[in-house]
Amino acid sequence: MDIKVNVREAAGHAYVVELSGEIDVYTSPKVKDAITELIDQGHYNLVINLGKVRYIDSTGLGVLIGGLKRVREHGGSVNLVCTNPQIKKIFDITGLVKIFGIYDDEETAMKALV
Amino acid sequence: MNGVQMSEGTTGVVELRIPRRAEWVAVARLAVAAVANRLNFSIEEIEDVKLAVAEACTNCILQRDAADQIEIVCDTKEDGITVRVRSFAGPAPSIEPPAPIEKEQQQIGALGIFLIRSLMDNVDYEHGQGRGTDLVMTKKVTS
Repeated sequence: MDIKVNVREAAGHAYVVELSGEIDVYTSPKVKDAITELIDQGHYNLVINLGKVRYIDSTGLGVLIGGLKRVREHGGSVNLVCTNPQIKKIFDITGLVKIFGIYDDEETAMKALV
Repeated sequence: MNGVQMSEGTTGVVELRIPRRAEWVAVARLAVAAVANRLNFSIEEIEDVKLAVAEACTNCILQRDAADQIEIVCDTKEDGITVRVRSFAGPAPSIEPPAPIEKEQQQIGALGIFLIRSLMDNVDYEHGQGRGTDLVMTKKVTS
């Protein structure tokens, strides 16, 4: 079980964090490190692509919430790409659909950034 | 992992014990998913059980006063599964009180318990300072 993290620059000074695998209590620190590093470098508009994520738990949600809090302090935003129904369900249950912009594809998520 | 007992059909008890470390949670959730798969759960319901068990294990890991092992017992009936996840307080009493859990970890723990309560049909959860954690949850087959 592992998580792969791919970070790339996109148009308009935004960055895409593409995740692949499972985000749990073991792997979430790796995701946190990637997001923290981007924010520390001054990148506050992020798209986090969960399209290839098969599983996420509360620690993974905590990392996303923490990232969103930090970028908002700088007027930034985090949009998510998510198509997995089970993961969407978790965002629904926890009410995080009201906090994050959640989109079906990366292009739409990029356009929707502030 | 400890011994496995399973009777014929869908009724039986499966026990496993994992080290109370993050890298072992995946083993617990996959094992319980395999057990749940023997019942007539839908794929979505199996995913619910899998996440709930993982959250319970994560909760044990986040508690400072739990033992170094997590015990997971699955009791399957034809109409559902009951899973007990517990990690009692370590045997050696500490003179110093356990270090307080960070606020971020407390929030994640609360989110985890909220998810378990949302995904499972019945949840009994006990945790007290110095007593470890003990969570029993049930999911009924709907199909």
